[in-house]
Amino acid sequence: MNILSLILILCASLFFTGIVIRTKSILSGRKGPGIFQPLKDIWRLFRKGAVYSQTSSYIFQIAPSIYFASVLIAIFLIPVGNHPGIISFRGDFIFFAYVLALGKFFMIISAMDTGSSFSGMGASREALYSLLAEPAFFILMGSFALLTGYSSFYEIFSALHFGSSISYAVGFLAAIVLVIIALIENSRMPIDDPKTHLELTMIHEVMILDNSGFDLGLILYATNLKFAMYGALIANFFLTPGYEWYYSIPIFIGVQFVFAITVGIIESFMARFRMNHNPQYIFMLTSISILIFLGVLLILGKIA
Amino acid sequence: MSDYIAIKNNETILLESIPVLRYEDFLSFNTSLLSNEANHCVHYFGYPLPDKLKLICCIANDEENTILISSSEIKVELNSLPSFSAQHLAFHIFEREIHENFGVAYTDHPWLKPVRYAFDRADRNSTIGQYPFYQINSEELHEVGVGPIHAGVIEPGHFRFICNGEQILHLEIQLGYQHRGIENLFVRKKKLLQRNILAESIAGDTVAGHTTAFVNLWESLCGYTADDDLQYARTLALELERIAIHTGDLSAICTDIAYQLGSSVFGRLRTPVINFFQVWCGNRMAKGLIRAGKNHFHFSGELADQLRKLFDDFEPDYQEMWNEIKELPSALARLEKTGVVTHEQAVSIGAVGMTAKTAGIKRDIRASHPHDLYRQFNHQPIVKHHGDVYSRTQIRNEEILQSIDYIREMIKNPPDVHINRPPLSPPKPDSFTLSLTEGWRGEICHCAITNGNGELLHYKIKDPSMHNWLALALAVRNNEISDFPICNKSFDLSYCGHDL
Repeated sequence: MNILSLILILCASLFFTGIVIRTKSILSGRKGPGIFQPLKDIWRLFRKGAVYSQTSSYIFQIAPSIYFASVLIAIFLIPVGNHPGIISFRGDFIFFAYVLALGKFFMIISAMDTGSSFSGMGASREALYSLLAEPAFFILMGSFALLTGYSSFYEIFSALHFGSSISYAVGFLAAIVLVIIALIENSRMPIDDPKTHLELTMIHEVMILDNSGFDLGLILYATNLKFAMYGALIANFFLTPGYEWYYSIPIFIGVQFVFAITVGIIESFMARFRMNHNPQYIFMLTSISILIFLGVLLILGKIA
Repeated sequence: MSDYIAIKNNETILLESIPVLRYEDFLSFNTSLLSNEANHCVHYFGYPLPDKLKLICCIANDEENTILISSSEIKVELNSLPSFSAQHLAFHIFEREIHENFGVAYTDHPWLKPVRYAFDRADRNSTIGQYPFYQINSEELHEVGVGPIHAGVIEPGHFRFICNGEQILHLEIQLGYQHRGIENLFVRKKKLLQRNILAESIAGDTVAGHTTAFVNLWESLCGYTADDDLQYARTLALELERIAIHTGDLSAICTDIAYQLGSSVFGRLRTPVINFFQVWCGNRMAKGLIRAGKNHFHFSGELADQLRKLFDDFEPDYQEMWNEIKELPSALARLEKTGVVTHEQAVSIGAVGMTAKTAGIKRDIRASHPHDLYRQFNHQPIVKHHGDVYSRTQIRNEEILQSIDYIREMIKNPPDVHINRPPLSPPKPDSFTLSLTEGWRGEICHCAITNGNGELLHYKIKDPSMHNWLALALAVRNNEISDFPICNKSFDLSYCGHDL
């Protein structure tokens, strides 16, 4: 049953973006497209050929595939409740962070490869924001490793027991941090506006401005996968080990739904941040993670 | 003999009554006028005489409600003219146009950058493709070129940024991609209807503004006095257009800061207003509504009831949305202190319209040179002082509410329908006319000169965008490049109105 998490995440990725878009449409008083419309768009792109600029090199052509593969490998590491991911080893959360970073690295150099001034601008923004979000993720996972004494996703989540009020507070904060990291990594509001047509304000969109056809489809689908992957990580906080699959699967799907609707609501009722406020906002995550770290120390009795 | 002749808005005078000064006197007279903040240049242009170039400069005085006209005649071959712009920057765009069209070389103009590469320009060899953009050589800086194809596929214009990281050091705007030769078409097309339709096509979002300027000018040239029905329709159309475009702009500003709720609510509110034009005259852009000496679409009491109902529905929703946005921290964080145009900058470049009014300059044709029903309104211009994007958002809100008040007042007693209007007499020969109109974007100026047979000899159009594009370039300096779209939208300047 190690394949369960992969199947669940793949399923969630099919409807995730659709729900976000539908939520936004309904909240702005419109009917909105069907839930599978984003997927249909990706399917349309998959059947198209890609156009490559003469100034770009092979890096530009291989980067989307590497990016997609990196997301897929990261998904292999995610457990669901009782079931470990396809790959699970000690320290796999570090591997998780850096395999995603590898994919991102290739997207960044492929954006530079196009020679477009827009893409370079987007690449520098994306690099900066990922860089700032990284400490938050490691402090968060490091705290849980310290709390449980294990260092793989599966073992950490299996051993995680919420008992005291402090541990619930820690779990709540961790869910917030992961939601915000997911929004940053997927270039959603309030960091980036996925709907804009203005190159100068884009972050992720402007990096992939030169990608087309199959490559673009891969990148867009990888975004859907990443969303579902972070949703799965969050769901793991709520899956107590020992539950049967007929409990854990509905909980998993429920968390994904709530996550998608939350994203839709955030994107409907606030404006995007000014670009120079973003670093501050992202760095705030690190301070929340440090709070979690202190909470863990409290639980372990290392500090009075 | 006086240095100038003072006229009112929409007044026709004999061409020979404009005093002709020596160029040196012409320069010192007009530039010294601008040292008074109440004066601003509404037009300065040249037109060719058989062996000379005649320059006409029109300076509006906002306090005395007059326009001071003076002129000079120069030989183009004379290659060493001192420029007005060296004395006062507000003339820069007009002198660049004169330089481009007639090859007049100025000795001390700060930057003789081409305006629009007009078809009849003096130097046919210089094209937009080989234009050398302003450059700064530095390892630290990078250039970002945007356009001419706009990301939202609206109108073409090229924007060249020189940035230090995310910060804009310099923005150069090059327009002219939409040049259609409208001013020449006005002279070549002889039928009044053709000219009327041309006026409607100067800028698609300012149909009522430009057409009102044209018909007022034409009627003045023909010695025709518009009756109250005509004046009523024009004033109403101008105010409706202002409400529609301002509401649409509020929606677009919300889109640019990714505030979805505002974007969709204001977008929805705009639609019934522009659709009212469809009900009234069969065109959502108000094309066909305003005609010189005619009105095919009488504003009946029935329409007045419809319009009243429209605003009864519009106002509560609009008010609720505005209250929401003016208290939303994330929206205010984007709008406040972004893209500031200072009072000094606005004065020096001769800004008009919202750009001027948000920088503390009380400059509104409806108040200073009223035409049509504005003469009865005692209009009080709304003035803001911060000059940032938020001021330009606020002024839209307040102007919408002010316009609704005007319209509510107007529709209380719609005018009687006029039949058997007298036909227009032919335009007066050897005359000069100038017409100013406050469109939603700012002051629109049309000038016409007729020859001895009463035929159009020269027609000049000035959209408020001519002055204000430079304000945008100045406003974005030291801002983040990612804030450029929102700055641009808050000015919402016309490309085709500039390119003509």
